[in-house]
Amino acid sequence: MLTFSLTKALPGDPALSLVGERASPEVIESIRRELQTDKNFFVQYLGYIKLLLKGEFGRSYYTNRKVLDDLLDKFPHTLILALGAMLIAVPVGIGLGFLSAVKRGTALDRGISSLSVVGLSLPVFWSGLLIMLFLSLKLKLLPPSGMGDWRFLVMPAITLSLPALATLTRVSRTTLMDLLGMPYVRTARAKGIKEYKVRGIHIFKNALIPLVTVVGLDFGSYLNGAVLTETIFGWDGIGRFAMEGIIKRDYPVIMGCIILGTVVYVLINLCVDILYHYLDPRVRLYGEND
Amino acid sequence: MIKIILSALIVIILASILAPLISPFNPEEINLDELRQSPSLRHPLGTDNKGRDILSRILYGGRISISVAIMAAVLSMGIGLMVGLLSGYVGGKIDTSIMLMVDLILAFPSLLLAIGISVVLPPGIYTVMIAIAFVGWASFARLIRGHVVSSREAPFIEAAKAIGCSHTRILLVHLLPQCLPLVVVMMGLRLGGYILTEASLSFLGLGAQPPMPSWGSMVSAHRVFIISAPWMVVFPGLAIAVTSLCFNMLGDAVRDKYGLRIAG
Repeated sequence: MLTFSLTKALPGDPALSLVGERASPEVIESIRRELQTDKNFFVQYLGYIKLLLKGEFGRSYYTNRKVLDDLLDKFPHTLILALGAMLIAVPVGIGLGFLSAVKRGTALDRGISSLSVVGLSLPVFWSGLLIMLFLSLKLKLLPPSGMGDWRFLVMPAITLSLPALATLTRVSRTTLMDLLGMPYVRTARAKGIKEYKVRGIHIFKNALIPLVTVVGLDFGSYLNGAVLTETIFGWDGIGRFAMEGIIKRDYPVIMGCIILGTVVYVLINLCVDILYHYLDPRVRLYGEND
Repeated sequence: MIKIILSALIVIILASILAPLISPFNPEEINLDELRQSPSLRHPLGTDNKGRDILSRILYGGRISISVAIMAAVLSMGIGLMVGLLSGYVGGKIDTSIMLMVDLILAFPSLLLAIGISVVLPPGIYTVMIAIAFVGWASFARLIRGHVVSSREAPFIEAAKAIGCSHTRILLVHLLPQCLPLVVVMMGLRLGGYILTEASLSFLGLGAQPPMPSWGSMVSAHRVFIISAPWMVVFPGLAIAVTSLCFNMLGDAVRDKYGLRIAG
């Protein structure tokens, strides 16, 4: 499945528009030969697969650096950003969802629900720019862009967390509301267990499974959002690398970023599946009961 | 609530359709006498760095952004509907392999996949449509397939078979109408997201090419002016946010009304 995903990510024809329009035909020809893009699609494809099997992603057309090296350099930056965003999204999202479910039907609930729809509808690149405008340029609290200590991390992390936060709020609200109506919750209350214990132990434990799924899936939205967020805030991670690749039509770079993103995404989903087993012993890892 | 959202949406869509009639200026006309003007009576939303009227550009941009999103949704729905119907009805190995493909597409982070496609094809609005649909059909197909599988054994299908209906007839006359409400709700739920994806791809320079205005590319082109002329960035982004919000709320409202549970 993984390898198949990888092969699907390959470009149709990377031979186009590399050297700029003004280069002479001879130069274009020679560069094409050098990059081997003069051969037909199938040969290129095989070549790329061979490279991948050797554990390489080829070299950037522009800097001639190995794409893999750059990816490894920049990946930790993206990871830090994604973790920072998760640190905001997970507690705040689940907290808001919990609050919303417990106070169901009140003004607070409606307010949180409307806010979460708004959060889902904001384009990341725009909310990022607005946050930058207010926090950094008007109030001068934080540095506008670049990398450095934690203060540089705050704005991109907030920006990146917004859509995930909104999804998480919505999902935890529905999950918790379903659980609040379960017979075992009524039993627990009837037994006289204190309300905070019912909520904290009985409900929260059972809510974990759907929440873990969402947190895992949200990682995909971080990867999506990273391209936009990193570009805006000048964060030197995979997302901006991909964006630069797109602007320059640097195919090995773009492919490297997409493949890395996909591998990470698939791995996280795998981890989520394995985690299920520990959260819910009814889930069998090897599908014995399927 | 639905009425308010619907009327807001109708206003947005009408404004985009009627853009040539109601927009005060030509959206692509460069006016060097009126560079970067803040909002005024003459230019309600100000002008950009080439002196173009932002309100006019947003109205025209809406035509592109909304129609691309709707076309992408129709394409995704069409492909998803066909594939889902076939996959669910035929079953067996074909079903398994189609669902494998669906899982595969859903396994990709969607924007990355769309970027991959937009890179391979020349940038432009049709590429954006194809890129969104390429990612989007999978979730439609899975939904439809699930529905078809559950109603394949229903008595009315058995009856249709018993009176000698052809497979085509069963698919088109008996199963298709069953799926339509589901598909329409799903489309409503997805449109808000598609508006955002279109905006993101345009923001990355993979969508509508200049001088054609589109909301995403307006934000992208003007983001360096965020301090000196924030209106150039704020208003196009607001257009994206409001439109996407309306579609999302409409989708939610319709889903709640019909009690359908579709993962958004």
